[in-house]
Amino acid sequence: MIKTDILIIGAGPTGLFAVFEAGLLKLKCHLIDALPQPGGQCSEIYPKKPIYDIPAFPEVLAGDLVDNLMKQIEAFQPGFTLGERAQTIEKLEDDTFIVTTNKGTKHHAPVVAIAGGLGSFEPRKPPITNIGDYEDHGVEYIIRDPEMYRGKKVVIAGGGDSALDWSIFLTDIAESVTLVHRRNEFRGALDSVDKVQELKDAGKIELITPAEVIDVVGNGKVEGVSVKRGAEVFNKECDHFIPLFGLAPKLGPIADWGLEIEKNAIVVNNALDYQTNIPGIYAIGDVNTYPGKLKLILCGFHEATLMCQSAYKRIFPDKRYVMKYTTVGGVEGFDGSKKEAPKAVIKAIN
Amino acid sequence: MQDITLHITDREGVEHNIQAPTDMNMNLMEVIRSYELAPEGTIGICGGMAMCASCQCYIESDHDLPEQNYDEEAMLAEAFHVKENSRLGCQLFISDALHELKLTLAPEE
Ligand SMILES: Cc1cc2nc3c(=O)[nH]c(=O)nc-3n(C[C@H](O)[C@H](O)[C@H](O)COP(=O)(O)OP(=O)(O)OC[C@H]3O[C@@H](n4cnc5c(N)ncnc54)[C@H](O)[C@@H]3O)c2cc1C
Ligand code: FES
Repeated sequence: MIKTDILIIGAGPTGLFAVFEAGLLKLKCHLIDALPQPGGQCSEIYPKKPIYDIPAFPEVLAGDLVDNLMKQIEAFQPGFTLGERAQTIEKLEDDTFIVTTNKGTKHHAPVVAIAGGLGSFEPRKPPITNIGDYEDHGVEYIIRDPEMYRGKKVVIAGGGDSALDWSIFLTDIAESVTLVHRRNEFRGALDSVDKVQELKDAGKIELITPAEVIDVVGNGKVEGVSVKRGAEVFNKECDHFIPLFGLAPKLGPIADWGLEIEKNAIVVNNALDYQTNIPGIYAIGDVNTYPGKLKLILCGFHEATLMCQSAYKRIFPDKRYVMKYTTVGGVEGFDGSKKEAPKAVIKAIN
Repeated sequence: MQDITLHITDREGVEHNIQAPTDMNMNLMEVIRSYELAPEGTIGICGGMAMCASCQCYIESDHDLPEQNYDEEAMLAEAFHVKENSRLGCQLFISDALHELKLTLAPEE
């Protein structure tokens, strides 16, 4: 069981900054994210794009913003459960919470802060009617263990970086690799596109374009897929079908936690501390809603800051505390590090 | 002209006749959101960068629309439920040329 003071669901910019504000109050944080890396939308959707409305940063790449946030919170030693989705929550008699992920990892904390953004990032599934019957029986949306494709016939669908990169990678492992895409052009890094061209010319990747997989064929497990190219429909024999169409956010299991939901977001008390209808559970950043809500990074930072003050009072109801400027109080890390403003040098003039 | 009229059928099949300003640098996806014709969180996920296809719609009138740019073409090639008349709402800017445009929102993926 992982124990912490504030359990943060979602490691996007809002969740990451909450670690800093909590750290100033000597509260420890642990973050859960469905993605394998921190950064939320900034790292998953637009890491290479500039943002212009972060106060005091005239321009910053979304990926650099995340790197900087990670650097800023390093001294507060946050824990991470990555690549797992927070699935269930249970309130114990002492008003603390246990959050369990889809992989069974349990987390225990007196405060839960949901910073889930637009939701947990899940694979986009193509609208093939019977595809659900074959999930984990030859249809995979994420490649977890490339070894399982050794000596197998694999069909990959998609036109972005992950479809290109995995097609290239699997040529050395699988018996055959077929890549199906709706257009002749691919939207990926130029050298991946060139590499696929090279492997195609060498007969190591079969490219079927412009075409689409419209059906999965099999009997309990995948035996092939139906491919449609123009008016022609044909069967392509395979052991695995891997649709790689990127990820999209889904609010998912959090919607069933008994929280008040409106417009696909969690209703919070914005006049006070961004607490939800369940005391002890807060919602900050893109995932919450209140009158006048704006889904902006700077608003998430503000909400995270107020949430931490309220969390402190919940955890230590009897302790007095007043907010201190970092310039005055410095930043004392849990790793023993200390940053503080240099003291003025006093020197007499004779 | 400052405002144009649009005929939009939402994902539930309800038709809305709405007014959209031509002088606010808005795109079709933003107009749809401003009238709340699709629930928040189900449209405009990428903010209008042709990176998510949540704003896909089917154009049903024969307006002469601007050509698809590279990003729109590429995204539609990876979107689902795509038809001949599919466009990304976020790539269509509100101008006089869109007056009386008729369209239906594509289903949520
Ligand atoms: C293309 C684009 C451009 C943008 N430009 C700007 C801009 O210029 N300025 C600006 O201020 N904002 C911009 N935004 C919006 C900004 O990115 C968001 O406001 C910000 O990312 C919200 O941060 P967050 O931490 O609240 O949520 P997110 O970044 O969405 O992170 C939430 C995280 O929570 C995880 N999660 C959710 N549910 C679960 C669960 N049950 N279990 C595990 N993990 C879960 C998700 O996987 C995700 O990683 C832009 C967004 C996009 C898409
Ligand atoms: S809003 Fe994402 S593609 Fe249009």
